[in-house]
Amino acid sequence: MSQENRIPMTPIWDHEDTSRIPFWAYTNEDIHKQELEKLFYKNHWCYVGLEAEIPQPGDFKRTVIGERSVIMVRHEDNSIYVVENVCAHRGMRFCREKHGNTKSFTCPYHQWNYDLEGNLQGVPFRRGVKQDGKVKGGMSKDFKTSDHGLTKLLVAERGGVVFASFDHDVESFEAFLGPTMLSYFDRMFNGRKLTLLGYNKQRIPGNWKLMQENIKDPYHPGLLHTWFVTFGLWRADNRSELKMDEHFRHAAMISTRGSGGKDTQTTNVSSFKESMQLNDPSFLDVEVEPWWDGPTAVMMTLFPSVILQQQVNSVSTRHIQPNGHGSFDFVWTHFGYEDDTPEMTERRLRQANLFGPAGFVSADDGEVIEFSQQGFEQKPFHRSLAELGGKDIEETDHMVSETLIRGMYAYWRKVMGV
Amino acid sequence: MKTTLITTENYLKLTQFYQTYAAVVDQANWTAWLDMFAEDCVYKVQARENYDRNLPMAALSLTSKGMLKDRIYGITETIFHDPYHQLHMVSSPLILSESDKGVIESQANYTVFRTKNDGIAEVYNVGRYLDRLRITDDGIQIESRLCIFDNEMILNSLIYPI
Ligand code: FES
Ligand SMILES: [Fe+2]
Repeated sequence: MSQENRIPMTPIWDHEDTSRIPFWAYTNEDIHKQELEKLFYKNHWCYVGLEAEIPQPGDFKRTVIGERSVIMVRHEDNSIYVVENVCAHRGMRFCREKHGNTKSFTCPYHQWNYDLEGNLQGVPFRRGVKQDGKVKGGMSKDFKTSDHGLTKLLVAERGGVVFASFDHDVESFEAFLGPTMLSYFDRMFNGRKLTLLGYNKQRIPGNWKLMQENIKDPYHPGLLHTWFVTFGLWRADNRSELKMDEHFRHAAMISTRGSGGKDTQTTNVSSFKESMQLNDPSFLDVEVEPWWDGPTAVMMTLFPSVILQQQVNSVSTRHIQPNGHGSFDFVWTHFGYEDDTPEMTERRLRQANLFGPAGFVSADDGEVIEFSQQGFEQKPFHRSLAELGGKDIEETDHMVSETLIRGMYAYWRKVMGV
Repeated sequence: MKTTLITTENYLKLTQFYQTYAAVVDQANWTAWLDMFAEDCVYKVQARENYDRNLPMAALSLTSKGMLKDRIYGITETIFHDPYHQLHMVSSPLILSESDKGVIESQANYTVFRTKNDGIAEVYNVGRYLDRLRITDDGIQIESRLCIFDNEMILNSLIYPI
């Protein structure tokens, strides 16, 4: 990168491909604002939650898309609506509960009342007050409640998962995913009702894209996550594939665990710990489930807002909620399926010890993201390198490639116009 | 809240136990930490949101002493993380119940400060211990300790036991 490209910087991508990623992509607040507009609020479907979180009519959950607070709510007719949590009157973020059950939404400030679809139903003193035989005050004659509802989002539900978009011209959710990603999505959410196991939440002081990259990066697990390797869950010689949608924005890392253990050659990194045994092997008490249809782990990145995790019996959604260019909240929703036996539920909960902010193989991801951001901030004129597996973007049948990261930035450049 | 019949002697033992636990964890003395648990034990670190809503998910859910040992192996040998110190402030315990078989259910509030290298102490985790303890001839052992924390977000990662 040229020496002239110092602070103040013009965000110019001065490399012919995406095997180099400029640090300003992670440090520039203006770029971040543009990302929110172009990636989170336009043209994309963003994750809002699971149907299982709002099982009854009137149930709602407050969440976010990008940095905008929204409410996902179930109507009496069982359909799901998503509305923005900003009052149409003077803009207050009126909903303060994280979840609950309600018949309508009322903003406490001046008691404007909305139905569950977000339509304004009532405005106090709309017709003023009667005093000395005269009507005083009130809304203008031409004030129409129908003009002042909450911002309504487009909603897509599939397999018990709910996505929403501020952009009413967005393509269908199915087209947004594309056929390859859709098939992996449907594998995990195949129509069985989901059961909610609970949440893990962490605030990671790094740019939100680093989390997408982390799950598009099969280079690191066998190297950073010593625990995975030590106990035979990650092996470089596992059968594996990297797949993308046609825009390269979404991806899946698919791997199938071999026999594991000592009988086959594993990576050099791990071999000295080959003999390690868990004191309690039930952490890794894996039971093959029919719906897997082969792969023991499929990690999907749906750009920009969510990661869908299947790591053996542990399944979760991981919601990316940015706050500024240098931080995001990462919300894990663990679930099971309606036909799970109590033993399977226990198994999913035990294996969840591997994941989340305290997880054996996830705590370190949050840490490296934090320290990556530190590196970017101190050297914003520099760039990172993603050249493993070459400079091209292509699907592979192995894990020794950073192609998914290159793909994501090819898409990012197109949308961001840089 | 119903009053219990705990003896002064047992209350002092209990108080000493809570403070010993804090000291052991602050010193990262993991052997001593393990010794404070019964063979059959549960240790969980769980968000209050999950606990209050009866959702079973926890940031850490260890249900045997073997799992506790595996956790210590993980934090000392395998998990990469920024080094940090912990400092616990633990309130006096509140006895919830006591059985004639020497099992006490009690709770105490805690605050954990985290200090990283080059850093300044920050409030890291705030919550309460919800415990089932057994008074034995060899001292008090933890049968179950739930750390129910108020923080909506864990500050990036949670490595050491609290
Ligand atoms: S700001 Fe909501 S009613 Fe006035
Ligand atoms: Fe990782």
